[in-house]
Amino acid sequence: MKRLAIRTWQWLDDRLGIVELIGPAAKHLVPRDARWWYTFGSATLVAFVVQVVTGVALSFSYVSSASQAYQALQFISNDAPFGSFLRGMHYFGASAMVLMVGAHMAQTFLFGSYKFPREMNWSSGVLLLGFTLIMGFTGQLLRWDQTATWSVVIAAEQAGRVPLIGNWLAQFILGGTTIGGATLSRFYAIHVFMVPALLFIFIALHLWLVLHHGIAEPPVAGKPVHPASYRQEYHEELERSGVPFWPDGAWRDFVVGTVLIVAIAFCALYFGPPVLGKPPDPSILQADPRPDWYLLWYFAVLALMPPQLEGYVMILGPALIGILLLIVPMLNNRGERAPSRRPWAIAVVLLSVIMIGSLWIAGARSPWSPNFDPQPLTPAIIGATSGPVFEGARLFESKSCLNCHLVDGHGGRRGPDLTYVADRLTHDDIVIRIVNGGVNMPAFGKSLKPDELAKITDFLESRKKPVTPVNAGEKWK
Amino acid sequence: MTRRRFFEKVSLALGGLCAAIVGVPLVGFVVAPLFRKAPDEWLPLGKVEAFQIGKTVNVTITDPSSLPWAGVTSKSAAWLRRVSEGEFIAFSVHCTHMGCPVRWEAGSKLFMCPCHGGVFYSDGTVASGPPPKPLVRHQVKVANGEVLLKAAPIPITTTL
Repeated sequence: MKRLAIRTWQWLDDRLGIVELIGPAAKHLVPRDARWWYTFGSATLVAFVVQVVTGVALSFSYVSSASQAYQALQFISNDAPFGSFLRGMHYFGASAMVLMVGAHMAQTFLFGSYKFPREMNWSSGVLLLGFTLIMGFTGQLLRWDQTATWSVVIAAEQAGRVPLIGNWLAQFILGGTTIGGATLSRFYAIHVFMVPALLFIFIALHLWLVLHHGIAEPPVAGKPVHPASYRQEYHEELERSGVPFWPDGAWRDFVVGTVLIVAIAFCALYFGPPVLGKPPDPSILQADPRPDWYLLWYFAVLALMPPQLEGYVMILGPALIGILLLIVPMLNNRGERAPSRRPWAIAVVLLSVIMIGSLWIAGARSPWSPNFDPQPLTPAIIGATSGPVFEGARLFESKSCLNCHLVDGHGGRRGPDLTYVADRLTHDDIVIRIVNGGVNMPAFGKSLKPDELAKITDFLESRKKPVTPVNAGEKWK
Repeated sequence: MTRRRFFEKVSLALGGLCAAIVGVPLVGFVVAPLFRKAPDEWLPLGKVEAFQIGKTVNVTITDPSSLPWAGVTSKSAAWLRRVSEGEFIAFSVHCTHMGCPVRWEAGSKLFMCPCHGGVFYSDGTVASGPPPKPLVRHQVKVANGEVLLKAAPIPITTTL
């Protein structure tokens, strides 16, 4: 029996040439000390495979019709066996892929692996990063709930800022001049056929380059890259101390890949897929569109950027960052690779992480958005149940002041906290501010009647820190 | 030119021709929406008396030229205000910053955007936040006692 199996395999391999095809790739020598740091790339690939498998599975039930996709999503999430789990896997798989791409990129940058002769490994990877983000964005749209339709509008507006051809780009994205039947089909084609095809092609190229140049050996301080002699030294060192990729190097990739898949499955089970919002009806204006977490930092950029610069930053920013990333290896492809000799490389990575991290936190809190549904002020907070202060408080709510200002933790965070406003502003200051508005505050002079203004001012003038013995003591500290 | 060189050129030319035969209709099909005409119809919103003078209300319209499978996505909204007996004005619901739907706050007479904090006065001019332009106005008229709104594309703000 065993001999039959062996002979069958030998016959198949002879006719199919399997060992000849993958043998060299499996057995090629890799640097002996390339260990756990080198697993981010394969982890990205594992996440990608999860995406392909779960994506194909979801497409068995998905309907790319503007009128039915939302129902199909509800069916997948609520009724179909494993539907909710698969959606969760697809979502957390996407998250894992974005995270692993980021980690892989940071690691290859810090290790100087992009230097000669691996410039194109880096640049093809940058394109793969771009495709991954496009997949993330279009994937959120295929959820086809209210947030998805408004995200299409935001994408169209964003593209519309491009000079000269902006309107065309916007129409191309919308599939017309408004959201409609053509819109979703376009994003389906992009998410399911176009970009995945590009991903397959560039992943193939990326992997070919890994084999072609070999993976970069871990950097050693004081051992710079000299393009003239690098290849020879690399191969000599491999011959001397390299180990075959399979299984000496690959087992770590399998360990990390398994951990990743288990983590994705755990998140899919524990947290479940992203909740479906309201139906994709553009006439429902109670909307609060937010991108999925991997683009939340950009949502914050759009809110926090000085408006005068916005037109330039929105167009030139991504273009410049993209071009800069693509040509990083062309700017500097030789010299030291060790991070300890490249403090600026460490600084660039740290600053990028801090910048994206803080923008991400800002995006998650989005204090610039008005609170459309603030908790009403209680009599205890107002400190009165009738009279001008009380009426002023009610006006403070009905005139939308509370949408943007906090009073005792109730309200919005767009403007300053007014809990103790009377401690810092005089009566006249308050009146002037309300009537004329200010930085990011509308002027209310035309919309408030004099008695309304007086009552709101009365209410605000009552917003003082209560002077208790403790507080009084604090003042003297 | 050698025979071999000739065959190379012929093969490449044929490859190019094949690509064009398949590619031209593909590109044409994909960019076709760029040439679709914007909706250009007056849509009835209801009788004039149905709207109170001075009130700003949300009206829903359905794009008459929408594709049969558009479903609820063929719907859109506008903010309509009856200014006087026979005069109406209508605002696009799209914030001029990133297109998010602005909400009318009747108490403060402001349009507020949920996305990046854009605020507009009741006449549509920018009150605060990042929007670069006032809210876009829709054409609206009264005919035979009925209020009519002209269907319009989603306004795309261009700043440069």
